[in-house]
Amino acid sequence: MLNEAIFWMIIGMAVVTYIPRMLPLTILSTEGWPEWLRRMLGRVPYAVLGALIFPGILYAMDSLLLSVAGGAAAVVLAWRGAPLLVVVAGTILLLTALQFMIG
Amino acid sequence: MDVVHNEKIEQGSVIQGLTAGVPIAFGYMPVAITFGLLAGSTGLTAVEAVLMSMLVFAGAAQYMAISMIAVSAGALEIVAATFIVNLRHLLMSASIHERTAPSSKKGRAFFSFFLTDEVFAVSSVADAPVKPGYILGVGVSAYGSWVGFTGIGYFTGELLPAVLQESMGIALYALFIALLVPSIKQAGRSILLLALTAGLSNWLYLQLLDTGWALMAASVTSLLLYELFIGKGEAHAE
Repeated sequence: MLNEAIFWMIIGMAVVTYIPRMLPLTILSTEGWPEWLRRMLGRVPYAVLGALIFPGILYAMDSLLLSVAGGAAAVVLAWRGAPLLVVVAGTILLLTALQFMIG
Repeated sequence: MDVVHNEKIEQGSVIQGLTAGVPIAFGYMPVAITFGLLAGSTGLTAVEAVLMSMLVFAGAAQYMAISMIAVSAGALEIVAATFIVNLRHLLMSASIHERTAPSSKKGRAFFSFFLTDEVFAVSSVADAPVKPGYILGVGVSAYGSWVGFTGIGYFTGELLPAVLQESMGIALYALFIALLVPSIKQAGRSILLLALTAGLSNWLYLQLLDTGWALMAASVTSLLLYELFIGKGEAHAE
């Protein structure tokens, strides 16, 4: 059930994926780094989230309109303080309902 | 220090992490099911598809790999492309390094295996210092879903109702929004500006670069612009 070439390819993929995830966490020492650089590292999550959301969200659904509706629903739910899971499930349910109404 | 007491704290934070990871598990479901389904149609066996999810645990790279297998690219080419796509985790690993509570190298080496974009995002919006057990918990939740639904997708992907599968495409984006909005509410317009700049520059970079590079370039660009124009006088953004 396992082709040898595919097996070694998977091992190779695993190694090159693991190294960038592991190296900074284990060998980095930021103690002596300038404050502005450490500040920037602390802000990485918000920059990454912004880039993960846009423009990818526009292509999340077959129709642009539905994608935007989904994004808007998630913003409203999250803004009102709904837990993560409720935001995710609520957005999916709303889009499913919208598709039935349109389709 | 009392060792037993310490372990209890660790256990508690693992359980908290497992719970915090449930929305990722939910979001990975359609992505993993589709991956399993596509892997099957590309000619991978079920063992190969699940093994890839178990050992690599990187959505974008795995999708890329099967699309390259489909056009019969070489194994080395695929490994090289995987490396390039996943280099972006250098930045995330360095960032989470700043926010993690002090812990052993072994512990860090272990939980870093689980550091996908989503695991990184959920773990790093938690209040610093983040416990390693917490990150591990988030990672294991996400991992279980990724591996499990790869297998389920391989055999039953076609059975999932099309309408539901289509709407689930929004799941990860809803998760990202849900992670970002509370920080914007808390820290105000500056975080919103940072995220918007990152999104817009990502869109620009995508005209020239592949996804992994564009994400990294957009993050660095927006962080630099932010630091230059807004962040100088500001305290450490938490």
